This record gives sequence, C-alpha cells and structure tokens, in this order.
Amino acid sequence: MSAWRLALRLLRQDWRSGELSLLAAALVLTVAAVSAVGFFSDRIERALAREGSALIAADLAIESGTPLPAFWRAEAEARGLETSALVEFRSVVLADGRPQLVRVKAVEGGYPLRGRLRLRAAPEAPEASAEGPPAPGELWVESRLLHLLDQPLGAMLGLGEARLRLGAILSHEPDAGATFFNLAPRVLMNGADLDATGLLGAASRATHRLLIAGEPGALADYRRWLEARLTPGVELRDAASARPEFATAVERATRFLHLATLATLLVAGAAMALASHRLVERQTEAVAIMRCLGMRRHLLLRLFALRLLFLALGASLLGVALGWLAQFGLVALLAEGFGAALPAPSLAPLVAGVVTGLALLLGFALPPLPRLARVSPLRALRGDLGAPPASMWLTLGLALAVFAGLIWWRAGEFALAWKLLLGLLGAGLALLAVVGVLLWIAARLAREARGLARLALAGLTRRPGLALLQIGGFGLGILALLLLAVVRLDLLESWRETLPEEAPNHFLLNIQPHEVEPLKDWLRTQGLGEVELYPMISGRLTGIAERAIEPSDYPDARAQRLAAREFNLSYSERPQADNRILEGRWWTDAGAEPAFSVERELAETLGIRLGDRLTFEVNGRSLSAPVTSLREVQWDSFNVNFFVIGSPALLGAEPATFLTSIHLDARAEALLPELVRRFPSLTLLDVEALIDEVRAVIERGVLAVESVFLLTLAAGLLVMIAGIQASLEQRRAEHGVLRTLGVGRRALLGALALEFAIAGALAGLLAVIFAELIGWMLAVQLFELPFSLNPWLWLGGILGSALAVGAAGTAATYPLLVQPPLQTLRRAH
Amino acid sequence: MTVGEPEPVSRAVALGKHVNGPAGALTILNDLELRVNPGEAVAILGASGSGKSTLLGLLAGLDDATSGEVWLCGERLDQLDEDGRAALRNGRVGFVFQNFQLLPTLNARENVLLPLELSGATEPERRAEEALERVGLSARARHFPRQLSGGEQQRVAIARAWAPRPEVLFADEPTGNLDHETGEHIIDLLLDLKREAGAALVLVTHDPRLAERCDRRLAMRAGRLEALA
Ligand SMILES: Nc1ncnc2c1ncn2[C@@H]1O[C@H](COP(=O)(O)OP(=O)(O)O)[C@@H](O)[C@H]1O
Ligand SMILES: [Mg+2]
Repeated sequence: MSAWRLALRLLRQDWRSGELSLLAAALVLTVAAVSAVGFFSDRIERALAREGSALIAADLAIESGTPLPAFWRAEAEARGLETSALVEFRSVVLADGRPQLVRVKAVEGGYPLRGRLRLRAAPEAPEASAEGPPAPGELWVESRLLHLLDQPLGAMLGLGEARLRLGAILSHEPDAGATFFNLAPRVLMNGADLDATGLLGAASRATHRLLIAGEPGALADYRRWLEARLTPGVELRDAASARPEFATAVERATRFLHLATLATLLVAGAAMALASHRLVERQTEAVAIMRCLGMRRHLLLRLFALRLLFLALGASLLGVALGWLAQFGLVALLAEGFGAALPAPSLAPLVAGVVTGLALLLGFALPPLPRLARVSPLRALRGDLGAPPASMWLTLGLALAVFAGLIWWRAGEFALAWKLLLGLLGAGLALLAVVGVLLWIAARLAREARGLARLALAGLTRRPGLALLQIGGFGLGILALLLLAVVRLDLLESWRETLPEEAPNHFLLNIQPHEVEPLKDWLRTQGLGEVELYPMISGRLTGIAERAIEPSDYPDARAQRLAAREFNLSYSERPQADNRILEGRWWTDAGAEPAFSVERELAETLGIRLGDRLTFEVNGRSLSAPVTSLREVQWDSFNVNFFVIGSPALLGAEPATFLTSIHLDARAEALLPELVRRFPSLTLLDVEALIDEVRAVIERGVLAVESVFLLTLAAGLLVMIAGIQASLEQRRAEHGVLRTLGVGRRALLGALALEFAIAGALAGLLAVIFAELIGWMLAVQLFELPFSLNPWLWLGGILGSALAVGAAGTAATYPLLVQPPLQTLRRAH
Repeated sequence: MTVGEPEPVSRAVALGKHVNGPAGALTILNDLELRVNPGEAVAILGASGSGKSTLLGLLAGLDDATSGEVWLCGERLDQLDEDGRAALRNGRVGFVFQNFQLLPTLNARENVLLPLELSGATEPERRAEEALERVGLSARARHFPRQLSGGEQQRVAIARAWAPRPEVLFADEPTGNLDHETGEHIIDLLLDLKREAGAALVLVTHDPRLAERCDRRLAMRAGRLEALA
C-alpha cells in the first residue's frame, strides 16, 4: 500500500478516535480568523480608500484652467471607467436686484463619483443624502447665502441670463476640502443650465475638472496613459495627495488592522502548538507499537507529515469557508458604518487563508513530530516511557521563522516585521526565564508541601516543558484579551483624542497686531473663552550651519520645495501643549537667548541637526541663531503649529500678523458674518468638512479594529482550551487514583481550581507585562501616540486571568469528577 | 444478621450492573451475592471480560450499581454520595491495580506518603518509610515510577495500599502484568501484609495456583459468583 493511501486511512482512523479534533479545531479557527480578517480588512481597506476618494469626489481628478481635451474623457470611458466633468467659476447671483458674489460649481449627472452630497430641506431640517446633482433649473446653496440674500427656499435667483430656483440647502459637499470663509458662498447647479446662463465665454476664468472613478487596475493603466500626455497647467489629484491629514488617518487604520491580524495569527499558532504537542503525546504508544511491528522511521515520519498535510488542507478549506461567512457577520455588525458602501469581497484572501493554514502547520504543528520518530520501540513494553522531548531550538526557530514570514507577507512591512519579531523573541526568552524562576520557586515549595498541594506543585515542576507550554499558552490567550483592552481603551482612545469633539474647526488668519486685543475681547464676550493668538513672520531659509543653501542642493523634491518656500516662523515663550521636545531643551530665559526650535521631520528632510546655526532672511535682514531643540508636532490635531519657532529674544521685535484656530459649534457659526464685518482684514478658513471626514475614518477604523480583535479573542479562547486539554490527559488517571485513595470530589475540585488559578495568575502577570510592552512599542514606535501605564490592566489582568483560567479549567475538568472513578481509570488507558 | 457471625467488611446483596454498550444493553452482574469477613482472603477467578473488575469497582464504591445493595465497612454505599464514599474509603480501603497506577510525577516515597497525608495519619513519613522497607524498596525511595521495573512498581503500589492500614484491600489482577516468579512474590507480600494487619483481602486473579493460597475461591460466571472447592 502506498504511503498516501495509508496516510489517508490512518487519518480517517485518527478522526474517528477524536485524536485530531483539537488540532483540527485550532487550524480551522486560525484559518477562519485569518481569512475573515483578510476578507474583511480587504474590504475595509478598499472602503477606506474610497473614503479618501470622497474628498475629491472621485478616484482621480484632472484639473485645468482651460477646457480639457475631449479625447481624455473618451479614453477613460473606453477603458470602462466612470467619468463626470464639472466647471467651477466665480459669479454673481441676483435676488430682488441685490447682487451677491458666489462660487458656482456646475456638475453633471453622476457627480459625485465618490462620496455623497447632503442636503437640508429647510434651515433646521435634518440632513439627508442626495441622489445625484441638482435637477436642471435648480440651485443648491450654502445656508449662509440665504442669510446674505435674505431669501427663502423656493425663491428665484438670477444667474447670468438664466433664472434658477433655490432648491435646497447644501450642507455637505464631499470635495469641499478646506474652504476660506470669506470666499464667496458655494452654489451648485446642473451643467445643463450652463449655456442658458451665458456665463462661460471663451475668455472667462474657470476651473475645469474631470472626475474619474473605477477599478484600480484600469485606473492605474489610464493614469499611465494620461501622464504621457499631460500638458503644463494640468494637475492630477488622487485621494492621498488631496489630504495628507486624511492619509495619516487611513494609514493608521490599516496598520491597526494588520496588527490585529498578526495578533490572531500568533495566538492561534500557539493553540496549534499546544494541540500538536498533545497529539504527539497521545500517538506515542501507537508509534511504539508500529515501530515494534517493524515500520521504519522515515516511513513513519512521512505518514505523519502526510496525515497532517491532508488535515491542514481540509481544515484550511473549511476555515476559509467559515471566514467568508464570519466576514459577512462583521459587515452586518458594521452595517451602520459602511453598509452599502462596502465593496464586495475579493477572492485573494481565499488563497491567503489556505497558504496561511499550511504555513502555520509547518511552523507550529510540525516541530513536535520528529519526537515521534525517536520514540523507542521499548515504549510498547514499558507503557510509561514518554516520547523524548522536542528540540526547543527547532520548535522556537521554526515557529519564529514562519511567523516572521507571515508578518512580512501579510503586513507587507519589513520594518514592522522585524520589530515585532525582535519583540517576540525577547518576549519568548523572557517567558522562559520568568517561568523558569517561578518553577524553581515551586520546586522549593514542593519539598515543604503535603498531600494535594505537593501533587499540584509536582505536576508543575516535574513536567516543566508542559507547564511552560501551558502557562505560555494561557498567557497568550490572556494577552490577546489584554491587547484588545490596550488597543481598544488606550491606543484607540488616544487615536480618537488626537481629534476630540472640541478640535478646532476654523482658522483665523491675517490678524493685524492692533486687532489682537479687540479680537480676544470680542471672542471672550461671545462666550468662546480665552483664545491664544500666535504671531507669524515670513522668512526664507538661507543658511544651515554656516553654509548657504539653495533648493537645488537637495536631491529630493520635497526638500527642494521646502527650501524654496517662505517659512512661517513664530515665536513663543513656552512650547505648545501638543508639541513634544525630542532633543535638546526649550529656552528658559525668554528675554536673553536667541534660539530656534525645529520640527523633527523638517530637520531630517533638510539635514538640520541640534546645535546647527540657522539663518533666515526676515523683512530683508538676516537673522541667525542656533537650534536648541527638536520638536515633534501632531499635525492632525488641527491646532496652529509651526515648523520653526524662534525665541522671543530673536523674533519678538519683528512685525508679525497673528493667527489662531478655534472650535465653533453649529450655533456659534452664526457669529461668523459679524466677525468678518468687525475684522475685515482677517481671513477665515473653515476646516469642518475635512475634520468630519478624518473623524469618520477614525470611527470606522476603530470599529473595524475592534471587530477584528474579537477574532483574536476567539483564538485566545482556543489556546486556553488547548492548554486545559493538555493537562486533562495527564489528570485523568491522576484523578481516578486520588479518588480511589479516598479524596472527595470537593477537595479535588478545590485543588484543581487553586492550581488553575495559580497558573492563570502567572499567565496574567506575563500577559500584562507583554501587553504593556507591546502597547508601548505600538504607541510610541508605530503610531506616534502618547503612552501611559494602565494600573487597571495590571489589577484586572492578573486577577481576571486567575479567575478566568481558574473557572475555565475547573469547568473543563468537572466532567472528570462527575464520572465514577472506575470509568475515569478505564478511559485513561 | 445472625448472632455469632461477624459483621462483613464487604457485602453485596442482589447486586446488578447493566451497561449500554455499542451492541446494545449488556448485563455484566446479575443478582450477585457476596460476603467478605474481616481478616478473610477471598480469591475471585473468571474469564477475561466476565465482570471481575466491575465487581471490584462496585465493592470499593468506585462505580454505581444498577440494582442491589453494596455494604463497605458496615455502611451502605449505594445510599452514600460520591464524596461520602470517598470519605469512607479514605484510609480504610486499599486498592491495587493490574497496571499499578502510580502517580508519575511523584517518586516512590511520595506515592506511598500521599494516602497517609490525605487520611491525616500520624507520623506519615515514618510509616511511609516502614511500608517501603516492608516491600524491600527502601533503596529506591527517591526513584520515579518510570525508573522502576513493573514488579518494583507493583511493590510500591502495595506499600501505598497497605501503609494506611486499611480494613480491606481490593487487588485487581495485581500479577497480571508480571512474570510468574515476580507474581508469586507479590502474592506472598499481599498475604503476609494481610496477616500482619488482620485485614480482609479480595484478590482477582486468573492464576488458580495463586488462588489456592486464599481462604476461599469464587468463580465469576454469567454475572454471579459460585464457590469453588
Ligand atoms: N462502562 C462500560 N461500558 C460498556 N461495557 C463495559 C463497561 N465496563 C465494562 N464493560 C464490559 O463489561 C464486561 C466486563 O468487564 P470487566 O469487569 O473489565 O471484565 P474483567 O475484569 O472480568 O475482565 C466486559 O465485556 C467489558 O467490555
Ligand atoms: Mg479486569
């Protein structure tokens, strides 16, 4: 009989005997989790990319001051892409003979290709999504235009030679971006009415934009085609270039999702390792008999490897199917957030799921196998001769290698992969050390202990390998749970807090020095509190560390742009609350010390080091001072921030304008016309729409990450089950004997609960330490968010783990206790 | 109970045990009667699968009977709950298994110590050492079960069973896994200890020659016990 057929037959037998159920369950769950995450995060990632697209109302926008060649559009359509053209220009609307400057956007059916318009039927009415653009003959306008014109909805307005009806209040325009308040209000009209207005003559100034959306591959092809034909003055924009703040948020969301997948992988891998260990233990006897019957080692190994391979294939396919279903569950859960907008799942995760299953098998389940080859045939004669222990280095090395490979493949980030790997390696060694010390202590205690206590301690100290595996397994399970807590409560909260409810949504620019005090007073009387105004001085960077600089000195385009640009300099006595000094220190004596503080990334890009002397040309004079600190700035906080800040001693006397950012709620926005009237030179920038978009990404990202971590949690549960199961085997006979010796059920139950609770507490301690470490690493290294130790995590982690493992272990062992001891003893063989 | 007759340490009245196996209902024991008096050695013989282990388990309260009464040390087992039965066994009943059933994580001395400590016996260490010495294994006290031969393991198991001085000892084919000579030695040991302690011994065995050395011989047939000459 061929090895394949024999392996299949053995697999069927294993299956019937239930030997494989735990390993199979671990595999199925792992693959289900990984592929559910895969399917789901694939969809979320694409949905998030779409969110980004909403900011330009398309996947790609082509913009120009002159009409775009018609064949560009024809080409896009020929490639199966959706298109919609629009024209933006300034004009005047007339109501009862009163003129008002407006910004008109004339759009076609299909607009917006990405994102949604939202309308209000009346000033106080709730928002509703609009299907498509205004009908011909209708205008949708910003609500402040109604105030400015003092006209109700339904009124007729003159626009050029046409008369159009005020149809609805435009409350949200996906591609509004940041709008300057004192720019004229927006008017949206149907492109079909353009001719009737007679406004767009050949010479009139207008922005023409072609919106394009479609499948990424076709889009990329089209973009290549187009880039070869671009004429000067034509700009291409996509989601990422449209909004860097938004790109940051999406990038963070994606990282969180990958991280969640990795956590699932690791925990599930541990479950498989435990299950595989148990499988080997239980197969030892059968192997010894086969060896006695003359089976050769390599055939034996081949049989086992083949059996596991068949098992892995079957389990992976089942897992992928379950993952597919689970992913629909996730989506249903998030229907509120994404719902119809979520793209259909792609098939890529299917392959990923199966490959992951096989890789996990290789990394986590196969290493114990060589032990079986080394089982002595003597074992058949001496029932208690165990399998020789597995090589720890082989086990650990292979698991790490496979895990690293999977990180690299799944997360696609090499830096992340090796950082995590290093962390894991350290964690693994630390785990060995900590458990080693604990076992040493337990061994000392065992000498003093009596009766059941000695038995419990002996169980730990005289099978250190199993104890290590078990406590490590429990620890990982708890770690999964704690990571959920760390990530959820701490990381995700910090993420949310980067953009609190009260985040500034309006910038006030160009405030003249004499307006500073009146503006502060006015804002205070309007109930907007104490507002800090920041001075701003323009300056051009001319020298770094005594050497003159030219943009062309830099190879990198971004550096060239920065070097050529006018810098907005500021001065301040104290660093801003959301800035963090990374190197050097902030000036202490504000009056005396001329000095600069520079933002870290800018410093890196331009090659500025701490201590370098910077020279700026300000108001026609050269100003120079050393860099005494490098700062980290949180750009997505929507606070006013500066790349370069000088000490008051250096810049305090320079003429400056002032700026600030403030939060205005819907009610306070009514103050804006009054503000602009009182301070006519001031410029107002409204970033509310942008903030809303970023916040939406954060909220959805948080929800998605939480759901994905639920799967990690399921894997964690499985590890716990595997850990308890591993010890069940060993306990079955023990309990039979103990009860024969007259130990009551309650006493046994108590001893068990205590033992599991101790294991749980140890696992909890380990898990808390690693959770905090990982949390710190993620926060500081990956996500650049603040981090703090969480005392509740320590308390809850250790106590909760003791309780949970104690309860779960006791509950799982309880059936053993209910059975009459004779049956327990019979089954132990 | 008639006057003059001693109270039995173990007694079964109309004992029945039925199980539902893969091939339907199976009657293992049927209306079985047994009395074991204090200090008496009873051998139970019978083909493999005739229900000897089942009977021993029921007599020691390790399993539930389907019908009938089981008495142990003067108490009715079938009216006690699990914990009650365990408490009754504690220190008063010994059990020796065919496959030894030593706890693998405890060494020989610790295995013998365990029941003494569990029953709260005085001077457990001294008694454990005595028991090991009695079975001739003092020198191996620190060895773990996997470091001992089958015969040695069974001697540790006997020391463990005898150390608390039980009133009755159940031994289920204690020589089944051993060669004949070692088996003889084990039986010698069991009978010597029985005599020294004045306890009853219920011994299940295949070997008629070993059975010869007991006070009474019973054969298991069709779920009942028959006295043999
Ligand atoms: N829990 C059980 N379920 C089904 N059959 C059982 C169970 N316990 C014992 N048996 C069957 O009862 C019969 C007697 O078993 P046992 O008492 O172990 O026999 P012996 O010890 O005399 O060899 C055997 O046929 C055995 O298969
Ligand atoms: Mg038997």
